[in-house]
Amino acid sequence: MWQFFHKLGSPKWFFGISTRFMPWLLAGGLLLLMSGVIWGLAFAPKDYLQGNSYRIIFIHVPTAFMAQSVYIMMASAALVTLVWRMKLADVFVKAVAPVGLILTFLALFTGAVWGKPTWGTWWIWDARLTSMLILLFLYGGVIALDRAINDEKSAARAVAVLVLVGVVNIPIIKYSVEWWNTLHQPATFKLTEKPSMPAEMWVPLLLSVLGLYLIFGWLACVRMQTEILSREQRTRWVKEFVTKGRV
Amino acid sequence: MAFDSFSALIVMEGHGPYVWACYAVFFVLMALMMIASVRSRSATIESCRRGYELQAEKSTVAAASATSASFARVNVSQD
Amino acid sequence: MNAEARPAARLASTSVGALAAMKGVFARDMRVAFRQRQDLLNPLLFFVMVVTLFPLGVSPEVSFLSEAGAGILWVAALLSVLLSLDHLFRHDFDDGTLEQLVLQPQPLFLLILAKTLAHWVLTGLPLVMLTPVLGVMVHLDGNSIAVLCLTLLIGTPVLSLIGAIGAALTLGLRSAGVLLSLLIIPLYIPVLIFGTGTVAAAAEGASVGAYLALMGAFLMLALTLAPFAAAAALRISLSNG
Repeated sequence: MWQFFHKLGSPKWFFGISTRFMPWLLAGGLLLLMSGVIWGLAFAPKDYLQGNSYRIIFIHVPTAFMAQSVYIMMASAALVTLVWRMKLADVFVKAVAPVGLILTFLALFTGAVWGKPTWGTWWIWDARLTSMLILLFLYGGVIALDRAINDEKSAARAVAVLVLVGVVNIPIIKYSVEWWNTLHQPATFKLTEKPSMPAEMWVPLLLSVLGLYLIFGWLACVRMQTEILSREQRTRWVKEFVTKGRV
Repeated sequence: MAFDSFSALIVMEGHGPYVWACYAVFFVLMALMMIASVRSRSATIESCRRGYELQAEKSTVAAASATSASFARVNVSQD
Repeated sequence: MNAEARPAARLASTSVGALAAMKGVFARDMRVAFRQRQDLLNPLLFFVMVVTLFPLGVSPEVSFLSEAGAGILWVAALLSVLLSLDHLFRHDFDDGTLEQLVLQPQPLFLLILAKTLAHWVLTGLPLVMLTPVLGVMVHLDGNSIAVLCLTLLIGTPVLSLIGAIGAALTLGLRSAGVLLSLLIIPLYIPVLIFGTGTVAAAAEGASVGAYLALMGAFLMLALTLAPFAAAAALRISLSNG
């Protein structure tokens, strides 16, 4: 058990295994995302209330879903950083935070553009839009703090504390923001219920969510590898990888 | 196909600009992020390689100078 | 400076109980603050000035002010607490007292709690006491002013406590002030929403007990969790230098 744990924390082991998985993640992600998007754009039936504008859902929901789950993943990694000081965990947080920021921005942007034909306005101070905006601020804070601290180790630990403080706050923020009367429709996917949409709509949505998940996995691998390479420059295995091209 | 023709797909009964703008921004940003990540990875590898080459050069120079240095005399200014 | 550092040194020589140590830290912070009175006045002046900007910048109409007044006062109070947070650890960090504090045998989070409490007494409490005057100036009615003061009384300690985490994280960094605001403002949002929401409910004649209870829950949560996070952040920041 502990041996596995140590192995999991070893950058070299991760580098090897991620190199093997990366092409599959990228290919699978692109395939799923593309099929979901094309299905959603061209073949899914029109929504009887919102018309064709609802087709934004096939990227809005994946980005919004990913934006939130990336933060949760970062929080789990931050806990691991603080408790076990595992190297890979803080590499993950650092590598993934900008991706989370961009996904949150995309969720907000697509939400705003969707709002224009549906609600007649670009922006509404509605609960879910506002809490996504706050999530964007949280990501921004994490990145800014990471950039501001020069020492790598204390940057990682300070960021971990901030991410954990943020994750304690997220439910509070969500709850307090939802306190207003909301115009936003309830969540599309609930784990406990069957989706209320017809299958021709939610199957492509599920495909694009899964696709974006895989692409995120690929992005995380690439960015973590970059970070690992620059941190472990002095080690023999990195030298071997750089000069001979394999781990 | 939910649309009769390709132009109907583009127009989407007036909602086309919104939908296509969203998809354009999404794909452009995702592509930029993916390209930037890959490029920074290869840039890191490249800078590592240059570092090793520099190191190797330095060590050969150091080795060469070390052999000659044993006979060299260091002049220290006395004034 | 030496005179200020002395109580901390005394704590180290005789190992005192945690409560006595907290008292010592609190008393020292108060004493230091009262020797530099300008630092105490600055957040208050800032508070008054920000509130003044709204009638000038938006509208001096009674109808607008009486509706937006509670929100304006809350935002101004939030900003002035934010402004004063930089002082929470900065001086002690610069003269090395903070390192002594970390080395004390007493749990660090209790000492930080004492420091944060002192910070609140020095900034939050004066803000609350100034609120009735400003409340009259923005045409709030008596009932609203009372509720507003109550929410600020419960809310400003939460601001100080959450702020302590940010102040500890950004300690010793360049451009710490702006960074501090970036990190902390998102975490302040729930307090702001409930603070102003309570006043709005009171203005509509609804009962405010439930809202105040929720704000009390925030306070309890912040009291129990924030000192731990701030202590962890402080240790990280000190090991950084």
